[in-house]
Amino acid sequence: MQPARDPSLTSYYVTDTFYRALVASFADWQRDDRAVTDVAERERFRALIEREARLLDQLNFDDWLAMYAPECIYWVPGTPDGGDPRREIAISFDDRRRMEDRIYRLRTGYAWSQAPKSRTVRMVSNVEVFKTASADRRMVRSNFLISEFRPDGIRFLSGWCGHRFVECNGRWDIEVRQVNLIDCDQNLRNPSIVI
Amino acid sequence: MLEKLPTASIGSVNAAERYDWDALVQEDRVHRLIYTDPAIFEAELTNIWGAVWVYLGHDSQIPNNNDFITTKLGLRPIILIRDSAGKIRALFNRCTHRGTTLCRKERGNAHMFTCPYHGWSYLSTGKLRAVPWPDGYACDFKDAKFNVAQVPRVDSYRGFIFGTLNPDAPPLIDYLGGITGPIDEWLDRNPGGKVEVCEANRLKYRGNWKLAYDNSGDGYHVVFSHRSLLEMENRLADEANKGMSYYKGSPDSKAMYMRYTGNGHHFKDKRPNIEKRAGGLWAVEGPAPGSEHIEADFRRRFGARADDILDLAGSEPVNINVFPNLSLLGNHIQVFDPVSVDETDVTWFGTRVVDADGTLGDALGEINALRMRTQEQFPNFGEVDDLANFEEIQRGLACLEDEWVYMHRGLGIPGRIKTDAKGEVTAPATDEAFMREYIHEWKRLMKASPKLVVQREV
Ligand code: FES
Ligand SMILES: [Fe+2]
Repeated sequence: MQPARDPSLTSYYVTDTFYRALVASFADWQRDDRAVTDVAERERFRALIEREARLLDQLNFDDWLAMYAPECIYWVPGTPDGGDPRREIAISFDDRRRMEDRIYRLRTGYAWSQAPKSRTVRMVSNVEVFKTASADRRMVRSNFLISEFRPDGIRFLSGWCGHRFVECNGRWDIEVRQVNLIDCDQNLRNPSIVI
Repeated sequence: MLEKLPTASIGSVNAAERYDWDALVQEDRVHRLIYTDPAIFEAELTNIWGAVWVYLGHDSQIPNNNDFITTKLGLRPIILIRDSAGKIRALFNRCTHRGTTLCRKERGNAHMFTCPYHGWSYLSTGKLRAVPWPDGYACDFKDAKFNVAQVPRVDSYRGFIFGTLNPDAPPLIDYLGGITGPIDEWLDRNPGGKVEVCEANRLKYRGNWKLAYDNSGDGYHVVFSHRSLLEMENRLADEANKGMSYYKGSPDSKAMYMRYTGNGHHFKDKRPNIEKRAGGLWAVEGPAPGSEHIEADFRRRFGARADDILDLAGSEPVNINVFPNLSLLGNHIQVFDPVSVDETDVTWFGTRVVDADGTLGDALGEINALRMRTQEQFPNFGEVDDLANFEEIQRGLACLEDEWVYMHRGLGIPGRIKTDAKGEVTAPATDEAFMREYIHEWKRLMKASPKLVVQREV
């Protein structure tokens, strides 16, 4: 569904109701009784998540953004349980405009934390798909390991993602991606890549 | 009753004698060694991180009796606790038996701590409560030496809790001196003159801690180090006035200023650059998730009052730097923590508005949500670039033969820097006057031979 106002330019969708629904949908969702067992369906989401990882490794941000619904959230909590973004600072909590800000900044040539740019390789695995109360939404859990090279060495970022997908015109878009670093509540060195 | 015991000083560095401090810190420049020498760092752990009042935490992190957080005083692990009688104490997080840390949680509520290693237990006052199988000991466990060591002087100013191990340090209020004025104003713009600490953007860099403190009042770096941020936050604006845009052009001719208030503290006041009216701050805040929705909604619901409420989500344009480790900027409480001579943690605690008397009513939750989003902007898109530059300074300082770091901007220009009757120094925003002043205070502290003590309950 196309929103009334362009979410790349203005932010009208991050409302109290939106936050409430967001927090609710990321609570208690990894339930065995909702797990999708159909292999084809699980493969479909696994392919989407692998593609997203590749696009980020390739710094192909335009195609990456195009995988997202118009009104979307990129969320990196600063607390291991995700927390409530209305009351807590997150490492990142971007709506579409701020995701575009993030990319814009990285492309200015003056983002010193990414000069030179990190080289990354992402592994994703352990993909599990869960039904939700609405037929056009799925929740997907996956684990990741990012190897990040900068001139002073290689480091690893690891954790798991919770994706909320929405079906729109026969295609599945990412509505929310919650990135849970295992060390999210620790002091992090140079967290300037899109994780 | 508390007994004071001197800390053992066997083997500790006598910093005063080891270096020619006047050679290392000169009028216009400092030697690279002050950032790179492990022995100087070691000496700082006594002469700075121990001898002066160091920020430990905020009242709102331990609101109830027996609430605690774990923190550090220099490298010393500390349990900051409001004991069962309501008194705030900074206990060394160290068992008196064999030295293991007593508490490994970041926060919690506990009326006692039981050592995981051999089970000695202590009350929240630090007093030894019991040891397992005491009949195996010939000693008297009532001896104060078995109670947990604690910071002898803990005091707070309007919710900010500090501690020092130095009996000769001035009272906290005198130590803070003129910087209390800006702290008061920073708090008083919030309802009830209060804020509450929430989660943090936690960062670290491979560099000496003073690189962060040098930068904390630096108006010279803004348009260069933060160029990507300034371009980003103004990319959609009709008028490029968002964030710190006032640094562009000729920043020294603007109304903002830098003031050194003594004891290493300084204050950059950028408020004069902003229109002084309700909504003036909100007008220059960069875009944040939810901005337009909340603004429209508040204007509809609260009419003319909306501007005042929206300003609470705007970043207060000040840098209030309290030596050695506290910086209030925007709505953040930023804390610097040394890890080693070339590693530092920088933690940007977010703050929420509290509304004890209910003036904000049902706007409270929404304005705080927006305030979270505005506070996430700078650590994500600004601070990371500064930290990259600090790391590159540390790398550059490996050039052994190129010894000097200059901080002489503004020095020697007649009429540029003004000292008032109280001794406070005021300079244009891009001057390094504050850096020279604070590093000379640092030198004075490094030349001293403070006698640090701990105390124990008796
Ligand atoms: S080290 Fe604590 S009881 Fe032994
Ligand atoms: Fe900066």
